[in-house]
Amino acid sequence: MTKIYEKSPAFFETFERKPSQQLTTHYCPGCGHGTLNKIIADLVAELGIQDQTIYVGPVGCGVFIYYYFEGACASAAHGRASAVATGISRSNPDGIVVSYQGDGDLAAIGTSNAIHAANRGENMIVFFVNNNVYGMTGGQMAPTTLIDQKTTTSPFGRTEKNDGFPLRMAEMMAGLEAPALVARVGVNNPKNIRQAIKVIRNGLEIQRDKKGYVFIEVMSQCPTNWKKEPAEACEWIDDVVCKQYPLGTFKELPADRQPQKRPRAEVDFAAVAKLLGLTADDETGSQEMTLPQPEMRFKFAGFGGQGVLSLGLMVAQMATQRNMEVTWLPSYGPEMRGGVANSSVVIGEDPIGTPVVDVPDVLVALNRPSLDKLGPLVPKEGLIIYNSSLIDQIPADLKGKVYPLAATTLAAEAGTVKAANVVVLGFVARMTGIFELSELEDFLRETFKQPALQEVNLKAVSAGWDVAGEV
Amino acid sequence: MKKLVKGNEAVVIGALVAGCDAYYGYPITPASEIAHAASEYFLPLGKVFVQAECEVGAINMVFGSASSGLRTLTASSGPGISLKMEGISYLAGAELPCVIVDVQRVGPGLGNIGPEQSDYFQVVKGGGHGDYRNIVLAPASVEETYRMTIQAFDLADRWRTPVFILTDATLGQMMEPIDIRQEKIEKIDKPWALDANAASNQNLITSIYLDFDDMEAHIEKLHEKYRKITETEAAAEVYGDSNPQIVLTGYGITSRLLRSTVDELNSRGVRAALIRPKTLWPFPDHIYQETVNLGVPVLSVELSRGQFIEDVRLALPHHDVSWYGRVGGNLPEIETLVARAEQCLEEASND
Repeated sequence: MTKIYEKSPAFFETFERKPSQQLTTHYCPGCGHGTLNKIIADLVAELGIQDQTIYVGPVGCGVFIYYYFEGACASAAHGRASAVATGISRSNPDGIVVSYQGDGDLAAIGTSNAIHAANRGENMIVFFVNNNVYGMTGGQMAPTTLIDQKTTTSPFGRTEKNDGFPLRMAEMMAGLEAPALVARVGVNNPKNIRQAIKVIRNGLEIQRDKKGYVFIEVMSQCPTNWKKEPAEACEWIDDVVCKQYPLGTFKELPADRQPQKRPRAEVDFAAVAKLLGLTADDETGSQEMTLPQPEMRFKFAGFGGQGVLSLGLMVAQMATQRNMEVTWLPSYGPEMRGGVANSSVVIGEDPIGTPVVDVPDVLVALNRPSLDKLGPLVPKEGLIIYNSSLIDQIPADLKGKVYPLAATTLAAEAGTVKAANVVVLGFVARMTGIFELSELEDFLRETFKQPALQEVNLKAVSAGWDVAGEV
Repeated sequence: MKKLVKGNEAVVIGALVAGCDAYYGYPITPASEIAHAASEYFLPLGKVFVQAECEVGAINMVFGSASSGLRTLTASSGPGISLKMEGISYLAGAELPCVIVDVQRVGPGLGNIGPEQSDYFQVVKGGGHGDYRNIVLAPASVEETYRMTIQAFDLADRWRTPVFILTDATLGQMMEPIDIRQEKIEKIDKPWALDANAASNQNLITSIYLDFDDMEAHIEKLHEKYRKITETEAAAEVYGDSNPQIVLTGYGITSRLLRSTVDELNSRGVRAALIRPKTLWPFPDHIYQETVNLGVPVLSVELSRGQFIEDVRLALPHHDVSWYGRVGGNLPEIETLVARAEQCLEEASND
């Protein structure tokens, strides 16, 4: 005997994932979902792609598609199937990803995710089942509900004034550059079903060949929520619904275009180390820096643009290279106000507690507001270094040892006022004894590779160093 | 090799060392450097990096990637984490491993971009709908942010559950050296994952159980897992005097301030200790109970108006636990913390 009809092998033989009634679907009689499921399953089997296909189900009447398709399945949060499918597609470059969504899911709560997946041209096929209503939750109005159509949340009929116009998703998607195929099909009569099979076969072949994003809107009847007999509902699609939602192909890229693959690489630690520029050293070196006390707390302050963040960073980087405990903290919150930017640096022999410098051992103030504000915090054994090029008057309530440094003037002499922070670096290093001049010079040579810039900075650092020698 | 990096960058380097394969995120201050570094490092290595259209999109892309068995990372700050909460509930329900970083900023609402610790309830107590838990790690330094990111991926895979790393604007923006080298990574098979092959045809990633009894069984299974996590993964560091007159406690950046406070108190002859939880869920109750003798006052400090302290009080129901904190982006000064600790001691001796 010849078998002329059988259940698609891409469906489960019995619906084992369904808690009960494992021979029938959960769809209402006359619903279009069952027909669409069958078309997809038949084509998946025909194209021999069952093992590669991963299905993403929505929240809505399609929520249980995993009962039927024998394949890897994920169920997404409401509206998020296209985002979940994006993650699956990027993670499985060899996979064929089917995102199955309804009109509340895709055209209302999840519009953004749907449009952006389309716009990125994700390798996935999206079935947008448009039946004009929220089927699963009880027939509420959807963005696709027709004008004057009565639903449980438009009991007097949808009005454009209160509810806006029915949304044509396929036409919107066709306006995007990336999608490979955008079409609207129907599953309400044999002629439309034959056409739907053709279009969906094309869509799945595009997936098989990794040729980009496919959007297929499927006009589907919902006799239950439309309160119509199934035959009547099928006719209503032709007579009324398709006037608003014409069937057809709205966009199709040439079939001979190149595949767009997004291969993923598995990399080992060596590749990571190379990218990060790490050199192999298995031992953590010993501390190579002599501090005048076990922990030194610095505050570098000035106008934004005077390089106080990078000054702190240079000190922190040099201390890091010498295996010290180090923290660098940029100014935050209220400290940013009033023209004062600053960085706090702590260098220690032991693990450091707070990275915030409330009481600095060394304060560098490159402008007047920072000296006025932070100067009084320095205790009497602390150092206050201020930029005497820009500050002509110092506050009366300073307790620390105060040193003027014409940082801006010396930097200008070296070649640019921008090097004022490097003048300070030379001065601070010699005053505190934390770095030798040669160490500073080596560091600047590593940091500034461009010869002219390097020369200016080397001049600036020795200018600061020399002034400290005269103190 | 030691490298001086921001806390936010340390997350990404930790993720790379842990073998993370995918990053999905949306820009937000003060977490954006995580997305910057992820794009800079993931793309050249052939890993997945997608800047999502929204926070909700990002967490659902994480759902897709985690479903596919990849080690997956996302990061945001308070307002973005609020948006991700529905997705996190689905991840927990579907038992998907992933790592989520919250670089806390000031709230409620738009707040500001300064440091706060006011996401404690939303991150530690669940945040999304339903009866679930997240493992929450609380680093206190850039180095620990790096280490805990590596650990987070192992924990996520070991327990098939989302793991949070809870930092803040200060930890995210400050720089400290991290010691980067190859680490031993737990390799756990994921036979449940959705792959493009026949072996995964029967696999289903979902959080829906229509049948009430099946659903109850699923929730019971989750909670049996949470019980085991509570038994095995709770951790804290105790610092300072071994026989303290006063115990200070706080997590994350606050614990760094408290470490300095304990040093200052000890130098003044006050025997002080610090308990710093490294895991906020599970909360290390036993370490509090072992460390704090009856009658010893506890000062709990946080950058929020009394969230963390609830767990300290649950751990120490018979102790006098006082609260101190600053909000709005401010950090307390050490001098103020020392004064509060001394005040607590004085009040305890008057009782």
